[in-house]
Amino acid sequence: MSRPETGRKAPRSKGVDGWLLSAPALILLIVAASGPLLIVAIYSVLEKGDYSGVRWILSGEGWFRVLFERDIFDQTISLADANLSIFWRSIKLSIATTIITFGFGLPTAWFIATRPARSRAFWLFLITVPFWTNLLIRTFAIMEVIRNQGILNTFLTHFGLISEPIQILYTDTAVLIGMTYVYLPLMVLPLYAAIDRFDFRLIEAGYDLYASRWQVLRGVILPIIKPGIVAGSILVFIPSLGAYVTPRVLGGGKNMMIGNFIELQFGQGQNWPLGAALSTLLLLVVLVSLIVYTRVSSKDNTNG
Amino acid sequence: MGKTRAFDVTTLPGFTFIAILAFVLLYAPIVTLVIYSFNGGNSVNQWGGFSLEWYAVAAQNEAVQDATARSLIIAVWASVISTALATMAALGTTRRGKFTGQTVIYVIINQPLMVPEIVTAVALLIFFSSVKVATGYSGLGYLILAHSAFCIPFAYLPIKARLEGMDTTMETAAADLYATPLQTFRYVTLPLLLPGVIAGAMLAFIISLDNVIITEFVKSAGQDTLPTYMLGQLRRALTPEVNAISTALLALTILILTLFVFVTKKRG
Repeated sequence: MSRPETGRKAPRSKGVDGWLLSAPALILLIVAASGPLLIVAIYSVLEKGDYSGVRWILSGEGWFRVLFERDIFDQTISLADANLSIFWRSIKLSIATTIITFGFGLPTAWFIATRPARSRAFWLFLITVPFWTNLLIRTFAIMEVIRNQGILNTFLTHFGLISEPIQILYTDTAVLIGMTYVYLPLMVLPLYAAIDRFDFRLIEAGYDLYASRWQVLRGVILPIIKPGIVAGSILVFIPSLGAYVTPRVLGGGKNMMIGNFIELQFGQGQNWPLGAALSTLLLLVVLVSLIVYTRVSSKDNTNG
Repeated sequence: MGKTRAFDVTTLPGFTFIAILAFVLLYAPIVTLVIYSFNGGNSVNQWGGFSLEWYAVAAQNEAVQDATARSLIIAVWASVISTALATMAALGTTRRGKFTGQTVIYVIINQPLMVPEIVTAVALLIFFSSVKVATGYSGLGYLILAHSAFCIPFAYLPIKARLEGMDTTMETAAADLYATPLQTFRYVTLPLLLPGVIAGAMLAFIISLDNVIITEFVKSAGQDTLPTYMLGQLRRALTPEVNAISTALLALTILILTLFVFVTKKRG
C-alpha cells in the first residue's frame, strides 16, 4: 500500500486478476462479517428503543452508560461500579490467563521443538487435537473436573487433604482455570514456531562464555524468540478478553466478563446502544493490541 | 554450577517436567469426559459400570437428531462455499507478485480471526434481524452465510500454503502446449492443488461444526445446532447425555484431523 515499491512491479492486469478472483470471498466477508461491524458502531450512537432495538436519533447515551449511571430520581451522575468491576475482571483474568499459559506454554513448546524429528510430529499432533476440539466440549471437560462432586474434589477428599469439597465452580478461579485450559494451545503453537527456527549453537556459545542457565534463558533464548512470545500472548489475550462461553459455563451468571455483559444488553438488558458501544470498545482494544503487535514484530525483523 | 561438558544444551531445568505436566493436564479432563460418557446409571457422580446407555438415549432424542442434521447441513454448505471462494482468492493472491491493495485483501480475509467472536455475533444479530423483518425469510440461509464467511480464512490458509509450495513450470508447460487457461487450471493446477483444497475444506468443516457464539446469536427459534443445543442443556444440570454427544463430536474431530494430517503430508 503506502510501502515503497521494491523490486519488480507486477503488471497492472495481474492486480486486476487478483482482485477479481478474490472478489467473491471479499463480498461474502463484507456482507456477513466486516460490514455489520460498521452497523454496530452506528448503533452505539443512537437512542435506545422502547423494548429492544434503536430509534434513529443521535445520542451519546450508549457510550455514556459504558462508564456512568444516572440516578433515576435526582439525575445525579455517578460511576457505574458494576460495569467497572466487569471490565476489571475481564482485564485481570485475561492478563492472568496470558501469563499462566506462557508459564506452561514455553516449556511445552521447548519440549516439542527439542524432540527428535520423528516424534516431534506426534507431540505437535497432541497439541493440535485440543486446539481443534470444540471449545464447549473442553469447557465441559474442565467443569467435570472442578465441580463439587468432580474428580478433583473427590480425589482431595479421598486422600484426606480436605474435609469437604472446595467450591471452585462458579468463581473467578474457575473461569481462569477454564481459559488457561482452552487457550493453552494458542500459546504453544507460535512459541513452537519460534523455537523451531532457533539456532541451538547460540546456547552453547552462551555456556562457553560462562553464562548460567538463567542468563542463557534471559539473555539469549527469550530475546530471540520474542516474536513468538508476542504472537502467543496476543493470540491468548484477545480471545480471553472477548470470552463468552467459558465465563458463561464456568462463572455462572454472576462472574460476568465483557462478552457476557454485551450479550446481556441484547437479551434481558434490552439496551442495544450500550451493547453496541461495549462491542465497539472491545473492538478498539483488540485493534490497538494488533497495532502494537505489528509494530513490535516488524521492529524485530529489521533488527534481526 | 559445575562446568561439566556432558550436559545437553537443549535441556533446561524443569522444562521437561512442566511440559509433561501440561500434556497430562490437557488430556486428563478430556479423558475423564470420555470415560464418563460410558457410565451406566443415572448419576454423573457415581460410576455405574460400562454402558452405551447414554449414547442410545442421545441417539433417540429427537432434539439431538434435528440438531445433528442441522449442524451437518450447515457445515457441508459452509465448507463447500468457503473452500470454493477461498480457492479463488488464494489463486488471486499467490504466485503473481505484489499488486496494489493486496494487504487490504489479506486484512479482509483474515478479519474473522482477529475480531472477537462476540462482536461479530452481535453485529450479525443486528444486521440479520432487520433483514429478517424486511424479507420475511428466516430459514437456515443466514446461518450458512455467516458460517461460510468465518470459515474462509481457515480454508484459505492451507490452500495458500500449498500454492506457495508449487512452482509454475507445469502451468508454463501446459500453456506452451496450447492449453487454454481454463484447461490448464482444470488438468494441471487443480489436481496439484487438490490436497490443499481438501485440507482447507476439512478445517472449514470442523470450524463450522464447532461454532457456538455466532450460531447462538444468528439462529432463529427452533434452529439449534448440536453445540447450541448442548449449551442450552447446561442451564439445567450436567447430564451424561451431553457427555455422550461431546465424545461423539470429539471422535469426529479426531477422525477429520487424522485425515487432514495424511492429506497434507503427501507431498505430490
